[in-house]
Amino acid sequence: MSSLLSLQGVHTHIGAYHILHGVDLEVPAAQLTMLLGRNGAGKTTTLRTIMGLWRASAGRIVFDGREIQAEDTPTLAQAGIAYVPENMGIFGELSVRENLLLAARQARSIEQLDTARLDWLFVLFPALKKFWLYPAGRLSGGQKQMLAIARAMIEPRRLLLIDEPSKGLAPAMVLSLIEALRELKNDRTTVLLVEQNFGVARALGDHVAVMDDGRVVHAGAMTELAQDEALQQRLLGLSLGVHQ
Amino acid sequence: MSSDAIPRQPFDARPLQLLAAIALAAGLLVSSFPTWATLTLSGLAMGLIIFVIASGLTLVFGLMDVLNFGHGVFVALGGFIAATVLGVQGAVGDLSLGASLLAVGLAAGAGMAVAGVVGLAFERMLVRPVYGMHLKQILITMGGMIIGEEMIKMIWGPGMIALPLPQGLRGALPLPGDVVLDKFRALAALVGLTVFAALLLVLNRTKLGVLIRAGVQDREMVECLGYRIRRLFIGVFAAGSALAGLGGAMWSLYQQSVTPQMGAQVNTLIFIVIIIGGLGSTLGCFVGALAVGLLANYMGFLAPKAALFSNIALMVAVLLWRPQGLYPVGGK
Repeated sequence: MSSLLSLQGVHTHIGAYHILHGVDLEVPAAQLTMLLGRNGAGKTTTLRTIMGLWRASAGRIVFDGREIQAEDTPTLAQAGIAYVPENMGIFGELSVRENLLLAARQARSIEQLDTARLDWLFVLFPALKKFWLYPAGRLSGGQKQMLAIARAMIEPRRLLLIDEPSKGLAPAMVLSLIEALRELKNDRTTVLLVEQNFGVARALGDHVAVMDDGRVVHAGAMTELAQDEALQQRLLGLSLGVHQ
Repeated sequence: MSSDAIPRQPFDARPLQLLAAIALAAGLLVSSFPTWATLTLSGLAMGLIIFVIASGLTLVFGLMDVLNFGHGVFVALGGFIAATVLGVQGAVGDLSLGASLLAVGLAAGAGMAVAGVVGLAFERMLVRPVYGMHLKQILITMGGMIIGEEMIKMIWGPGMIALPLPQGLRGALPLPGDVVLDKFRALAALVGLTVFAALLLVLNRTKLGVLIRAGVQDREMVECLGYRIRRLFIGVFAAGSALAGLGGAMWSLYQQSVTPQMGAQVNTLIFIVIIIGGLGSTLGCFVGALAVGLLANYMGFLAPKAALFSNIALMVAVLLWRPQGLYPVGGK
Protein backbone atom coordinates (compact mmCIF):
# COMPACT_ATOMS: atom_id res chain seq x y z
CA MET A 1 0.00 0.00 0.00
CA SER A 2 1.50 3.35 -1.02
CA SER A 3 1.84 6.21 1.42
CA LEU A 4 0.65 9.66 0.49
CA LEU A 5 2.52 11.16 3.44
CA SER A 6 5.64 9.92 5.11
CA LEU A 7 7.50 11.35 8.10
CA GLN A 8 11.06 10.13 8.58
CA GLY A 9 12.94 10.98 11.77
CA VAL A 10 11.17 14.30 12.24
CA HIS A 11 12.30 16.47 15.14
CA THR A 12 10.56 19.69 16.16
CA HIS A 13 11.70 22.29 18.67
CA ILE A 14 9.42 25.01 19.98
CA GLY A 15 11.66 27.60 21.52
CA ALA A 16 13.88 25.79 23.99
CA TYR A 17 11.61 22.74 24.11
CA HIS A 18 12.34 19.62 22.10
CA ILE A 19 8.85 18.26 21.35
CA LEU A 20 9.21 15.69 18.56
CA HIS A 21 12.09 13.26 18.96
CA GLY A 22 12.31 11.57 15.56
CA VAL A 23 8.78 10.80 14.41
CA ASP A 24 8.43 8.07 11.80
CA LEU A 25 4.94 7.84 10.36
CA GLU A 26 3.33 6.50 7.18
CA VAL A 27 -0.10 7.73 6.09
CA PRO A 28 -1.50 5.44 3.38
CA ALA A 29 -3.39 7.03 0.50
CA ALA A 30 -7.20 6.94 0.53
CA GLN A 31 -7.28 5.59 4.08
CA LEU A 32 -8.06 7.05 7.47
CA THR A 33 -5.12 6.93 9.86
CA MET A 34 -5.69 7.61 13.53
CA LEU A 35 -2.98 9.30 15.57
CA LEU A 36 -3.46 8.43 19.21
CA GLY A 37 -1.56 9.11 22.39
CA ARG A 38 -1.73 10.61 25.83
CA ASN A 39 -1.88 14.36 26.39
CA GLY A 40 1.48 15.92 25.58
CA ALA A 41 2.61 12.99 23.43
CA GLY A 42 3.24 15.28 20.43
CA LYS A 43 0.16 14.62 18.27
CA THR A 44 -0.80 18.25 17.69
CA THR A 45 2.83 19.21 17.15
CA THR A 46 3.07 16.49 14.50
CA LEU A 47 0.08 17.91 12.60
CA ARG A 48 1.36 21.47 12.91
CA THR A 49 4.80 20.41 11.72
CA ILE A 50 3.32 18.68 8.67
CA MET A 51 1.30 21.85 7.94
CA GLY A 52 4.42 24.03 8.17
CA LEU A 53 3.14 25.98 11.15
CA TRP A 54 6.16 24.81 13.13
CA ARG A 55 9.38 23.98 11.33
CA ALA A 56 10.89 20.51 11.55
CA SER A 57 14.40 20.98 12.92
CA ALA A 58 15.52 17.64 11.45
CA GLY A 59 14.12 14.78 9.39
CA ARG A 60 12.12 14.52 6.18
CA ILE A 61 8.45 14.97 5.43
CA VAL A 62 7.48 13.55 2.05
CA PHE A 63 4.08 14.31 0.53
CA ASP A 64 3.21 12.58 -2.71
CA GLY A 65 6.89 11.97 -3.46
CA ARG A 66 7.97 15.54 -2.74
CA GLU A 67 9.91 16.74 0.30
CA ILE A 68 7.86 19.44 1.98
CA GLN A 69 9.55 20.12 5.33
CA ALA A 70 10.92 23.43 4.05
CA GLU A 71 7.68 24.58 2.39
CA ASP A 72 5.56 27.31 3.93
CA THR A 73 1.96 26.83 5.04
CA PRO A 74 0.19 28.49 2.08
CA THR A 75 2.21 26.38 -0.37
CA LEU A 76 1.20 23.20 1.46
CA ALA A 77 -2.44 24.27 1.50
CA GLN A 78 -2.26 24.97 -2.23
CA ALA A 79 -0.77 21.50 -2.71
CA GLY A 80 -3.98 20.05 -1.28
CA ILE A 81 -3.33 19.63 2.45
CA ALA A 82 -6.15 20.91 4.65
CA TYR A 83 -5.87 21.39 8.39
CA VAL A 84 -8.64 21.49 10.97
CA PRO A 85 -7.02 22.66 14.22
CA GLU A 86 -8.14 21.67 17.68
CA ASN A 87 -9.64 25.14 18.24
CA MET A 88 -11.38 24.76 14.85
CA GLY A 89 -10.00 28.06 13.48
CA ILE A 90 -13.45 29.39 12.68
CA PHE A 91 -13.64 33.04 11.67
CA GLY A 92 -16.30 33.95 14.21
CA GLU A 93 -17.20 37.35 12.77
CA LEU A 94 -17.63 36.02 9.26
CA SER A 95 -20.84 34.30 8.26
CA VAL A 96 -20.98 30.56 7.60
CA ARG A 97 -21.17 31.44 3.90
CA GLU A 98 -18.05 33.62 4.05
CA ASN A 99 -16.13 30.96 5.98
CA LEU A 100 -16.85 28.47 3.21
CA LEU A 101 -16.15 30.97 0.44
CA LEU A 102 -12.74 31.66 1.91
CA ALA A 103 -11.92 27.95 2.04
CA ALA A 104 -12.85 27.54 -1.63
CA ARG A 105 -9.74 29.04 -3.17
CA GLN A 106 -10.93 28.53 -6.74
CA ALA A 107 -14.15 30.49 -6.24
CA ARG A 108 -14.10 34.28 -6.40
CA SER A 109 -17.71 34.52 -5.26
CA ILE A 110 -20.28 32.27 -3.67
CA GLU A 111 -21.90 31.74 -7.08
CA GLN A 112 -18.71 30.05 -8.27
CA LEU A 113 -18.83 27.35 -5.60
CA ASP A 114 -19.33 23.80 -6.78
CA THR A 115 -23.07 23.52 -6.07
CA ALA A 116 -23.10 19.71 -6.14
CA ARG A 117 -20.38 19.65 -3.51
CA LEU A 118 -22.14 22.30 -1.48
CA ASP A 119 -25.37 20.28 -1.57
CA TRP A 120 -23.40 17.22 -0.44
CA LEU A 121 -22.06 19.22 2.50
CA PHE A 122 -25.55 20.44 3.36
CA VAL A 123 -26.75 16.83 3.49
CA LEU A 124 -23.85 15.99 5.80
CA PHE A 125 -24.18 19.13 7.91
CA PRO A 126 -27.75 20.49 7.67
CA ALA A 127 -27.02 23.19 10.27
CA LEU A 128 -24.72 24.95 7.81
CA LYS A 129 -27.61 25.57 5.45
CA LYS A 130 -29.86 26.68 8.27
CA PHE A 131 -27.32 29.16 9.61
CA TRP A 132 -25.92 30.16 6.20
CA LEU A 133 -25.87 33.93 6.80
CA TYR A 134 -25.32 33.73 10.53
CA PRO A 135 -22.02 34.81 12.16
CA ALA A 136 -20.06 31.61 12.67
CA GLY A 137 -19.07 32.72 16.16
CA ARG A 138 -22.69 32.29 17.26
CA LEU A 139 -22.84 28.60 16.32
CA SER A 140 -22.72 25.91 18.99
CA GLY A 141 -19.47 24.03 19.56
CA GLY A 142 -20.66 21.08 17.51
CA GLN A 143 -21.88 23.27 14.67
CA LYS A 144 -18.55 25.08 14.62
CA GLN A 145 -16.79 21.74 14.35
CA MET A 146 -19.04 20.79 11.44
CA LEU A 147 -18.23 24.08 9.76
CA ALA A 148 -14.50 23.55 10.33
CA ILE A 149 -14.67 20.14 8.67
CA ALA A 150 -16.94 21.39 5.89
CA ARG A 151 -14.41 24.12 5.20
CA ALA A 152 -11.75 21.49 4.73
CA MET A 153 -14.07 19.56 2.39
CA ILE A 154 -15.50 22.42 0.29
CA GLU A 155 -12.97 21.59 -2.42
CA PRO A 156 -11.39 18.18 -3.03
CA ARG A 157 -8.27 17.91 -0.87
CA ARG A 158 -5.52 15.35 -1.10
CA LEU A 159 -4.89 15.10 2.63
CA LEU A 160 -6.93 16.18 5.63
CA LEU A 161 -5.24 16.76 8.99
CA ILE A 162 -7.89 16.91 11.71
CA ASP A 163 -7.07 17.56 15.36
CA GLU A 164 -9.41 16.15 18.03
CA PRO A 165 -12.73 16.91 16.34
CA SER A 166 -14.82 15.20 19.03
CA LYS A 167 -13.33 17.18 21.90
CA GLY A 168 -16.04 18.76 24.02
CA LEU A 169 -18.90 17.58 21.80
CA ALA A 170 -22.17 16.11 23.08
CA PRO A 171 -22.62 12.39 22.33
CA ALA A 172 -25.24 13.07 19.63
CA MET A 173 -22.84 15.45 17.91
CA VAL A 174 -20.07 12.86 18.09
CA LEU A 175 -22.31 10.42 16.23
CA SER A 176 -22.97 13.02 13.52
CA LEU A 177 -19.27 13.65 13.33
CA ILE A 178 -18.52 9.96 12.88
CA GLU A 179 -21.06 9.82 10.05
CA ALA A 180 -19.45 12.81 8.36
CA LEU A 181 -15.98 11.33 8.66
CA ARG A 182 -17.29 8.04 7.27
CA GLU A 183 -18.48 9.97 4.24
CA LEU A 184 -14.95 11.28 3.87
CA LYS A 185 -13.65 7.72 3.96
CA ASN A 186 -16.17 6.69 1.31
CA ASP A 187 -14.95 9.62 -0.77
CA ARG A 188 -11.48 8.01 -0.54
CA THR A 189 -9.94 11.13 0.96
CA THR A 190 -6.71 10.52 2.85
CA VAL A 191 -7.15 11.57 6.47
CA LEU A 192 -4.78 11.81 9.43
CA LEU A 193 -6.98 12.20 12.48
CA VAL A 194 -5.82 12.98 16.00
CA GLU A 195 -8.28 11.67 18.56
CA GLN A 196 -8.47 11.04 22.30
CA ASN A 197 -11.81 9.25 22.12
CA PHE A 198 -10.93 5.63 21.47
CA GLY A 199 -14.54 4.83 20.53
CA VAL A 200 -14.31 7.31 17.64
CA ALA A 201 -10.89 5.99 16.70
CA ARG A 202 -12.08 2.40 16.61
CA ALA A 203 -15.19 3.30 14.60
CA LEU A 204 -13.29 5.14 11.91
CA GLY A 205 -9.65 4.16 11.70
CA ASP A 206 -8.13 1.94 9.03
CA HIS A 207 -4.68 2.42 10.48
CA VAL A 208 -3.38 3.68 13.75
CA ALA A 209 -0.19 5.21 15.05
CA VAL A 210 0.32 5.74 18.75
CA MET A 211 2.65 8.45 20.01
CA ASP A 212 4.42 8.79 23.31
CA ASP A 213 7.02 11.34 24.36
CA GLY A 214 7.41 12.77 20.86
CA ARG A 215 7.82 9.44 19.04
CA VAL A 216 5.58 6.95 17.27
CA VAL A 217 5.73 3.88 19.50
CA HIS A 218 3.24 1.71 17.64
CA ALA A 219 1.87 1.62 14.09
CA GLY A 220 -0.41 -0.91 12.45
CA ALA A 221 -3.96 -1.81 11.53
CA MET A 222 -6.71 -0.36 13.71
CA THR A 223 -8.40 -3.74 14.04
CA GLU A 224 -5.25 -5.16 15.60
CA LEU A 225 -5.19 -2.51 18.34
CA ALA A 226 -8.96 -2.65 18.83
CA GLN A 227 -8.81 -6.37 19.57
CA ASP A 228 -5.81 -6.29 21.88
CA GLU A 229 -6.84 -4.86 25.21
CA ALA A 230 -3.44 -5.44 26.75
CA LEU A 231 -1.80 -3.44 23.94
CA GLN A 232 -4.26 -0.59 24.49
CA GLN A 233 -3.51 -0.66 28.18
CA ARG A 234 0.21 -0.55 27.52
CA LEU A 235 0.12 2.12 24.80
CA LEU A 236 -2.73 4.33 25.86
CA GLY A 237 -3.26 3.53 29.49
CA LEU A 238 -6.88 2.62 28.94
CA SER A 239 -9.04 -0.44 28.82
CA LEU A 240 -11.57 -0.89 26.07
CA GLY A 241 -14.24 -1.69 28.59
CA VAL A 242 -14.08 1.85 29.88
CA HIS A 243 -13.90 3.51 26.48
CA GLN A 244 -16.48 1.56 24.47
CA MET B 1 -29.58 30.05 -0.79
CA SER B 2 -32.12 29.80 1.98
CA SER B 3 -31.79 32.28 4.77
CA ASP B 4 -35.30 31.97 6.16
CA ALA B 5 -34.50 30.09 9.33
CA ILE B 6 -32.27 32.59 11.03
CA PRO B 7 -32.13 36.28 10.10
CA ARG B 8 -28.89 38.13 9.69
CA GLN B 9 -27.43 39.48 12.87
CA PRO B 10 -29.36 42.72 13.53
CA PHE B 11 -27.44 45.89 12.84
CA ASP B 12 -26.40 47.68 16.02
CA ALA B 13 -27.71 51.20 15.48
CA ARG B 14 -27.12 52.51 18.99
CA PRO B 15 -23.73 54.11 18.21
CA LEU B 16 -25.48 56.12 15.49
CA GLN B 17 -27.72 57.52 18.19
CA LEU B 18 -24.58 59.06 19.69
CA LEU B 19 -24.31 61.31 16.62
CA ALA B 20 -27.97 62.25 16.92
CA ALA B 21 -27.52 62.97 20.65
CA ILE B 22 -24.52 65.25 20.01
CA ALA B 23 -26.40 67.11 17.27
CA LEU B 24 -29.53 67.39 19.41
CA ALA B 25 -27.64 68.69 22.43
CA ALA B 26 -25.91 71.28 20.27
CA GLY B 27 -29.28 72.24 18.79
CA LEU B 28 -30.52 73.11 22.26
CA LEU B 29 -27.46 75.23 23.01
CA VAL B 30 -27.18 76.97 19.63
CA SER B 31 -30.31 79.07 19.44
CA SER B 32 -30.20 79.85 15.71
CA PHE B 33 -31.20 77.06 13.30
CA PRO B 34 -29.07 78.31 10.36
CA THR B 35 -26.04 78.50 12.65
CA TRP B 36 -26.70 75.00 13.99
CA ALA B 37 -27.22 73.60 10.47
CA THR B 38 -24.05 75.30 9.22
CA LEU B 39 -22.04 73.94 12.15
CA THR B 40 -23.53 70.49 11.62
CA LEU B 41 -22.71 70.36 7.91
CA SER B 42 -19.21 71.69 8.54
CA GLY B 43 -18.71 69.18 11.36
CA LEU B 44 -19.82 66.30 9.18
CA ALA B 45 -17.48 67.44 6.39
CA MET B 46 -14.58 67.76 8.82
CA GLY B 47 -15.45 64.36 10.26
CA LEU B 48 -15.38 62.81 6.80
CA ILE B 49 -11.87 64.19 6.14
CA ILE B 50 -10.75 62.79 9.50
CA PHE B 51 -12.35 59.49 8.52
CA VAL B 52 -10.29 59.32 5.31
CA ILE B 53 -7.10 59.85 7.32
CA ALA B 54 -8.04 57.47 10.14
CA SER B 55 -9.49 54.71 7.95
CA GLY B 56 -6.00 53.81 6.78
CA LEU B 57 -4.79 53.48 10.36
CA THR B 58 -7.76 51.39 11.45
CA LEU B 59 -7.25 49.10 8.45
CA VAL B 60 -3.56 48.68 9.29
CA PHE B 61 -4.22 48.03 12.95
CA GLY B 62 -7.21 45.82 12.29
CA LEU B 63 -5.49 43.47 9.89
CA MET B 64 -1.88 43.70 10.90
CA ASP B 65 -2.17 44.45 14.61
CA VAL B 66 0.40 47.18 14.02
CA LEU B 67 0.29 50.30 16.18
CA ASN B 68 1.61 52.71 13.59
CA PHE B 69 2.39 55.93 15.39
CA GLY B 70 4.08 57.06 12.19
CA HIS B 71 0.78 57.24 10.31
CA GLY B 72 0.83 61.03 10.58
CA VAL B 73 3.92 61.29 8.41
CA PHE B 74 1.90 60.02 5.44
CA VAL B 75 -0.73 62.64 6.20
CA ALA B 76 1.92 65.38 6.13
CA LEU B 77 3.49 63.89 3.01
CA GLY B 78 0.12 63.89 1.23
CA GLY B 79 -0.33 67.54 2.17
CA PHE B 80 3.11 68.63 0.94
CA ILE B 81 2.85 66.67 -2.30
CA ALA B 82 -0.58 68.23 -2.92
CA ALA B 83 0.85 71.70 -2.22
CA THR B 84 3.72 71.02 -4.63
CA VAL B 85 1.46 69.72 -7.39
CA LEU B 86 -0.91 72.65 -7.02
CA GLY B 87 2.10 75.01 -6.99
CA VAL B 88 3.47 73.41 -10.17
CA GLN B 89 0.08 73.83 -11.82
CA GLY B 90 0.32 77.53 -10.89
CA ALA B 91 -2.34 80.22 -11.20
CA VAL B 92 -4.86 78.15 -9.20
CA GLY B 93 -6.55 81.40 -8.38
CA ASP B 94 -8.03 81.73 -11.85
CA LEU B 95 -9.45 78.26 -12.39
CA SER B 96 -13.09 77.46 -13.09
CA LEU B 97 -14.96 74.91 -10.96
CA GLY B 98 -14.20 72.04 -13.36
CA ALA B 99 -10.55 72.99 -13.69
CA SER B 100 -10.30 73.44 -9.92
CA LEU B 101 -11.72 69.97 -9.33
CA LEU B 102 -9.22 68.55 -11.81
CA ALA B 103 -6.33 70.41 -10.14
CA VAL B 104 -7.34 69.20 -6.67
CA GLY B 105 -7.90 65.68 -8.03
CA LEU B 106 -4.40 65.61 -9.50
CA ALA B 107 -2.88 67.00 -6.31
CA ALA B 108 -4.73 64.57 -4.04
CA GLY B 109 -4.00 61.65 -6.39
CA ALA B 110 -0.29 62.49 -6.37
CA GLY B 111 -0.32 62.78 -2.56
CA MET B 112 -2.03 59.42 -2.34
CA ALA B 113 0.37 57.72 -4.75
CA VAL B 114 3.55 59.06 -3.10
CA ALA B 115 2.28 58.23 0.40
CA GLY B 116 1.42 54.70 -0.78
CA VAL B 117 4.89 54.13 -2.23
CA VAL B 118 6.64 55.58 0.83
CA GLY B 119 4.33 53.38 2.93
CA LEU B 120 5.75 50.31 1.17
CA ALA B 121 9.28 51.34 2.14
CA PHE B 122 8.17 52.20 5.68
CA GLU B 123 6.62 48.73 6.09
CA ARG B 124 9.68 47.00 4.69
CA MET B 125 12.29 48.89 6.71
CA LEU B 126 10.60 49.74 9.99
CA VAL B 127 7.44 47.72 10.57
CA ARG B 128 8.30 44.26 9.26
CA PRO B 129 11.01 43.57 11.86
CA VAL B 130 8.62 44.32 14.73
CA TYR B 131 5.44 42.43 13.81
CA GLY B 132 3.77 41.15 16.97
CA MET B 133 5.79 43.45 19.27
CA HIS B 134 3.59 46.38 20.27
CA LEU B 135 6.08 48.30 22.38
CA LYS B 136 8.75 48.13 19.70
CA GLN B 137 6.16 49.11 17.08
CA ILE B 138 5.28 52.24 19.03
CA LEU B 139 8.92 53.21 19.49
CA ILE B 140 10.09 52.50 15.95
CA THR B 141 7.10 54.06 14.21
CA MET B 142 7.43 57.16 16.41
CA GLY B 143 11.06 57.24 15.32
CA GLY B 144 9.93 56.90 11.71
CA MET B 145 7.56 59.79 12.26
CA ILE B 146 10.37 62.01 13.55
CA ILE B 147 12.68 61.05 10.68
CA GLY B 148 9.88 61.61 8.17
CA GLU B 149 9.12 65.02 9.61
CA GLU B 150 12.79 66.02 9.42
CA MET B 151 13.00 64.82 5.83
CA ILE B 152 9.97 66.92 4.97
CA LYS B 153 11.77 69.91 6.54
CA MET B 154 14.86 69.15 4.43
CA ILE B 155 12.82 69.04 1.21
CA TRP B 156 10.19 71.74 1.78
CA GLY B 157 11.74 73.78 4.59
CA PRO B 158 10.67 74.11 8.22
CA GLY B 159 8.04 76.78 7.76
CA MET B 160 4.38 76.77 6.90
CA ILE B 161 3.40 76.73 3.23
CA ALA B 162 0.19 78.49 2.29
CA LEU B 163 -2.18 76.40 0.23
CA PRO B 164 -4.97 78.58 -1.14
CA LEU B 165 -7.95 76.85 -2.62
CA PRO B 166 -8.35 77.08 -6.39
CA GLN B 167 -10.79 79.82 -7.35
CA GLY B 168 -13.53 77.42 -8.41
CA LEU B 169 -13.67 75.86 -4.94
CA ARG B 170 -13.81 79.10 -2.98
CA GLY B 171 -17.05 80.38 -1.54
CA ALA B 172 -20.16 78.62 -0.36
CA LEU B 173 -22.86 76.55 -1.97
CA PRO B 174 -26.23 78.27 -2.26
CA LEU B 175 -28.34 76.50 0.37
CA PRO B 176 -31.79 77.55 1.56
CA GLY B 177 -32.44 79.22 4.93
CA ASP B 178 -29.14 81.07 5.37
CA VAL B 179 -27.33 77.76 5.85
CA VAL B 180 -23.72 77.92 4.67
CA LEU B 181 -21.58 75.08 3.36
CA ASP B 182 -18.22 75.82 1.77
CA LYS B 183 -17.73 74.28 -1.66
CA PHE B 184 -14.52 72.60 -0.57
CA ARG B 185 -16.16 71.10 2.50
CA ALA B 186 -18.89 69.69 0.27
CA LEU B 187 -16.19 68.18 -1.97
CA ALA B 188 -14.36 66.79 1.06
CA ALA B 189 -17.60 65.24 2.32
CA LEU B 190 -18.15 63.65 -1.09
CA VAL B 191 -14.62 62.21 -1.07
CA GLY B 192 -15.09 60.89 2.48
CA LEU B 193 -18.39 59.25 1.62
CA THR B 194 -16.89 57.72 -1.52
CA VAL B 195 -13.97 56.29 0.46
CA PHE B 196 -16.38 54.91 3.08
CA ALA B 197 -18.62 53.33 0.43
CA ALA B 198 -15.61 51.88 -1.39
CA LEU B 199 -14.18 50.41 1.81
CA LEU B 200 -17.53 48.89 2.78
CA LEU B 201 -17.95 47.50 -0.73
CA VAL B 202 -14.49 45.95 -0.78
CA LEU B 203 -14.63 44.64 2.79
CA ASN B 204 -18.16 43.22 2.64
CA ARG B 205 -18.83 42.36 -0.98
CA THR B 206 -15.57 40.98 -2.32
CA LYS B 207 -13.49 37.96 -1.51
CA LEU B 208 -10.52 40.25 -0.87
CA GLY B 209 -12.59 41.93 1.82
CA VAL B 210 -13.57 38.60 3.35
CA LEU B 211 -9.88 37.70 3.35
CA ILE B 212 -8.92 40.95 5.07
CA ARG B 213 -11.63 40.51 7.72
CA ALA B 214 -10.55 36.92 8.26
CA GLY B 215 -6.93 38.04 8.57
CA VAL B 216 -7.98 40.44 11.32
CA GLN B 217 -9.35 37.48 13.29
CA ASP B 218 -6.95 34.60 12.71
CA ARG B 219 -3.89 35.05 10.51
CA GLU B 220 -2.61 31.52 10.99
CA MET B 221 -5.86 29.99 9.76
CA VAL B 222 -5.86 32.26 6.71
CA GLU B 223 -2.43 30.84 5.82
CA CYS B 224 -3.74 27.31 6.44
CA LEU B 225 -6.38 28.00 3.78
CA GLY B 226 -3.62 28.77 1.27
CA TYR B 227 -3.43 32.57 1.28
CA ARG B 228 -0.21 34.52 1.79
CA ILE B 229 -1.06 36.91 4.56
CA ARG B 230 2.27 38.74 4.25
CA ARG B 231 1.39 39.94 0.74
CA LEU B 232 -1.99 41.00 2.02
CA PHE B 233 -0.25 42.90 4.85
CA ILE B 234 1.96 44.80 2.43
CA GLY B 235 -0.99 45.70 0.22
CA VAL B 236 -3.07 46.85 3.17
CA PHE B 237 -0.21 48.92 4.60
CA ALA B 238 0.31 50.65 1.26
CA ALA B 239 -3.45 51.23 0.93
CA GLY B 240 -3.59 52.61 4.49
CA SER B 241 -0.68 54.96 3.76
CA ALA B 242 -2.28 56.05 0.48
CA LEU B 243 -5.54 56.85 2.30
CA ALA B 244 -3.53 58.90 4.80
CA GLY B 245 -1.94 60.73 1.86
CA LEU B 246 -5.36 61.44 0.36
CA GLY B 247 -6.66 62.58 3.74
CA GLY B 248 -3.56 64.74 4.23
CA ALA B 249 -4.13 66.47 0.90
CA MET B 250 -7.78 67.14 1.79
CA TRP B 251 -6.89 68.25 5.35
CA SER B 252 -4.23 70.67 4.02
CA LEU B 253 -6.67 72.21 1.58
CA TYR B 254 -9.22 72.39 4.40
CA GLN B 255 -6.66 74.23 6.59
CA GLN B 256 -5.31 76.08 3.51
CA SER B 257 -1.77 75.50 4.72
CA VAL B 258 0.73 72.73 5.38
CA THR B 259 3.37 72.46 8.09
CA PRO B 260 5.89 69.68 8.76
CA GLN B 261 4.27 69.19 12.18
CA MET B 262 0.77 68.57 10.83
CA GLY B 263 1.27 64.80 10.89
CA ALA B 264 2.05 64.78 14.59
CA GLN B 265 -0.89 67.11 15.22
CA VAL B 266 -3.46 64.92 13.49
CA ASN B 267 -1.97 61.72 14.96
CA THR B 268 -3.61 62.42 18.32
CA LEU B 269 -6.93 63.11 16.66
CA ILE B 270 -6.94 59.95 14.56
CA PHE B 271 -5.97 57.74 17.49
CA ILE B 272 -8.90 59.19 19.42
CA VAL B 273 -11.14 58.38 16.46
CA ILE B 274 -10.08 54.76 16.07
CA ILE B 275 -10.25 54.14 19.82
CA ILE B 276 -13.77 55.60 19.94
CA GLY B 277 -14.81 53.54 16.92
CA GLY B 278 -13.30 50.25 18.11
CA LEU B 279 -9.81 49.30 16.98
CA GLY B 280 -9.93 47.79 13.51
CA SER B 281 -13.56 48.67 12.75
CA THR B 282 -14.20 50.67 9.56
CA LEU B 283 -17.79 51.48 10.52
CA GLY B 284 -16.66 52.43 14.03
CA CYS B 285 -13.97 54.67 12.55
CA PHE B 286 -16.61 56.34 10.37
CA VAL B 287 -19.01 57.00 13.27
CA GLY B 288 -16.14 58.03 15.57
CA ALA B 289 -14.78 60.50 12.99
CA LEU B 290 -18.20 62.06 12.49
CA ALA B 291 -18.68 62.36 16.26
CA VAL B 292 -15.28 64.04 16.63
CA GLY B 293 -15.93 66.36 13.68
CA LEU B 294 -19.35 67.40 14.97
CA LEU B 295 -18.17 67.94 18.53
CA ALA B 296 -15.12 69.93 17.41
CA ASN B 297 -17.31 72.31 15.40
CA TYR B 298 -19.98 72.73 18.05
CA MET B 299 -17.41 73.26 20.80
CA GLY B 300 -15.39 75.61 18.61
CA PHE B 301 -18.51 77.76 18.41
CA LEU B 302 -19.89 77.32 21.94
CA ALA B 303 -16.74 77.07 24.06
CA PRO B 304 -13.59 77.45 21.97
CA LYS B 305 -11.23 76.97 24.91
CA ALA B 306 -12.74 73.56 25.63
CA ALA B 307 -12.64 72.36 22.00
CA LEU B 308 -9.46 70.28 22.27
CA PHE B 309 -10.48 68.78 25.58
CA SER B 310 -13.88 67.85 24.15
CA ASN B 311 -12.41 65.03 22.00
CA ILE B 312 -10.72 63.45 25.00
CA ALA B 313 -13.95 63.81 27.00
CA LEU B 314 -15.86 62.14 24.18
CA MET B 315 -13.39 59.26 24.11
CA VAL B 316 -13.63 58.78 27.87
CA ALA B 317 -17.44 58.86 27.75
CA VAL B 318 -17.59 56.35 24.90
CA LEU B 319 -15.13 53.99 26.61
CA LEU B 320 -17.16 54.14 29.83
CA TRP B 321 -20.22 53.16 27.76
CA ARG B 322 -18.47 50.63 25.51
CA PRO B 323 -14.97 49.78 26.75
CA GLN B 324 -13.93 48.29 23.41
CA GLY B 325 -15.29 51.18 21.35
CA LEU B 326 -18.50 51.68 19.41
CA TYR B 327 -18.08 48.68 17.10
CA PRO B 328 -15.56 46.29 18.66
CA VAL B 329 -13.76 43.85 16.38
CA GLY B 330 -12.84 40.43 17.73
CA GLY B 331 -10.76 40.65 20.87
CA LYS B 332 -9.19 44.01 20.06
